[in-house]
Amino acid sequence: MSLSRRTFIKGVIAGGAVASSSAYLFRGGGSLLGQTSAPGSVERLITLVVNGQQRRVDALRQETLAMTLRYKLGLTGTKLGCDRAECGACTVLIDDVPHYACSVLTHSVRGRQVRTIEGLASPTGELHPIQRAVVDEQGFQCAFCLPGFVMAATGFLKTNPNPTREELAHGISGNLCRCQDYDKILTALMRGAEYMRGA
Amino acid sequence: MAVIRDPMPAFELFQPTSVADAQALLDRYGAGAWVLAGGLDSFDWLKDRIKRPAALVDLGGVAELKGIRERDGGLEIGAMTTLTEVVHHPIVRERYSILLEAAESAASPQIRNQGTIGGNVSQDTRCWYYRAGWPCYRAGGNICYADTPESINREHAILQADRCVAVSPSDTAPALIALDAQMVIRTSDGDERVVPAQDYFVGPAIDITRMTVLQPGDLLTTIRIPATWAGARFYFEKVRDRQVWDFALVSVASAMVVKGEDNGAIIERIRLVVNGVAARPLRLEAVEALVQGRPRNESTAVIASNRAIEGAQPLRFNAYKLPLMKNLVKRAIRGVEGGTWTS
Ligand SMILES: Cc1cc2nc3c(=O)[nH]c(=O)nc-3n(C[C@H](O)[C@H](O)[C@H](O)COP(=O)(O)OP(=O)(O)OC[C@H]3O[C@@H](n4cnc5c(N)ncnc54)[C@H](O)[C@@H]3O)c2cc1C
Ligand code: FES
Ligand code: FES
Repeated sequence: MSLSRRTFIKGVIAGGAVASSSAYLFRGGGSLLGQTSAPGSVERLITLVVNGQQRRVDALRQETLAMTLRYKLGLTGTKLGCDRAECGACTVLIDDVPHYACSVLTHSVRGRQVRTIEGLASPTGELHPIQRAVVDEQGFQCAFCLPGFVMAATGFLKTNPNPTREELAHGISGNLCRCQDYDKILTALMRGAEYMRGA
Repeated sequence: MAVIRDPMPAFELFQPTSVADAQALLDRYGAGAWVLAGGLDSFDWLKDRIKRPAALVDLGGVAELKGIRERDGGLEIGAMTTLTEVVHHPIVRERYSILLEAAESAASPQIRNQGTIGGNVSQDTRCWYYRAGWPCYRAGGNICYADTPESINREHAILQADRCVAVSPSDTAPALIALDAQMVIRTSDGDERVVPAQDYFVGPAIDITRMTVLQPGDLLTTIRIPATWAGARFYFEKVRDRQVWDFALVSVASAMVVKGEDNGAIIERIRLVVNGVAARPLRLEAVEALVQGRPRNESTAVIASNRAIEGAQPLRFNAYKLPLMKNLVKRAIRGVEGGTWTS
């Protein structure tokens, strides 16, 4: 069978979201004592801009961005560690700024640019300089924390493209590595900063 | 307690674009409403199912609550301004660097990118008995689980405890009090109320279920920083277990104006605030009065530090906070150089 189990499951999840969305269209703000559109009430079917693409999703009001990315859009590169803003595994960029996707409501990012680890490489598959540096320096062990670290570093380097090792360490201090591979991670990301300046 | 990773229980969500609309929604939902700023205090409560609001009123789209402006020679900071924006503001850096240091010491970079200054000063305590949903005084019950012979209370209060021994978690709070900041509140009936930062925070003797003077339906709209302490000699230090994420065990913030140079310098006026030791950040007014007019040296620092901990009552596991607080007060008075840490 050419279709992997994982791809198949992703397809089912995405299909399910589309099929069921129409049922919710007429329900927005429904519990508001008959008033369907109080100022500020939200629709469940919304458009997100993820990795430069417009994606229509049916998002629960209480849904976090990490859940939408992983379980509705199939973007499982964004990891969930703690789900409590305490580890950094879920870090994505929102308008170029690193955020914990486990601690952002999907409805709060309408109209904003979301970038995940899947959106770093060029459309032709050429790796981002930071990704190349991670490969060159072999900076991670199990690499569960990798997407979070790479996104945090990408965001930080936009504000400080030429950091000292110490500054970069501070910039990515909101990410934990369970394998305790910090020194090599930092070396790889410093190399990434260098590649980016050269790019 | 096992960590729940399922989606949060359902709630209504509103994203109004004005303070007036936000308050109309708060009014409509009454006790079932929850104000959402950056969400970094809120989501823990909701994910852990300890608080179950019917409706979240997300202030993220209210432009009038964002940004930093100059005003009367000082600054006006919108409640929805992120901690990162505060840290990067040129005037904060130039004239009120104590606020920069305090904001930068909070949580982690990602949290500062999203957490707001209004949320930072309005966040609830981190006492884990309370956060885990134990029915303590603060939650409306009649016992403090952190103050029994068996309690684990290393992080709890040493001063001004009254039944509840929880402490204030906010890092920006002591800096704002040291700067004589004013908190601008829009009450539920639409009036503006301006409260000095020092009185914004309340201890259990005043209201055991709240950390601030905010009443249901109230919104903190702006924080005003007067010119009073612009460019003063500041000191901020936060002692914590890990340098990232962890809340202060004890922190100190001071603003000082001195007359004269080096050894002959006399303390002309001073604000001295500690946090992590009581349910609200404590301005040490008695110590301020004691050191005013005295030379800025070791002996003044010693007098100040002894006075600072008068009346302190440690719990089983937090007696270390007494020498910690004394040493931080000494550093705030005479600086780090030339002074030794004493136990
Ligand atoms: C893992 C972790 C570590 C942390 N470490 C630290 C730390 O070391 N130091 C520190 O200071 N903080 C720390 N924090 C707290 C974090 O900085 C605050 O949670 C954050 O600043 C709160 O801001 P917010 O905008 O996210 O608030 P929210 O969670 O949205 O709001 C907090 C509370 O304030 C109320 N509120 C918010 N804005 C207003 C307003 N304008 N008017 C009326 N009510 C309002 C909300 O209803 C809610 O009850 C940490 C948080 C986490 C999750
Ligand atoms: S999963 Fe978001 S910070 Fe840990
Ligand atoms: S490499 Fe394993 S968690 Fe970081």
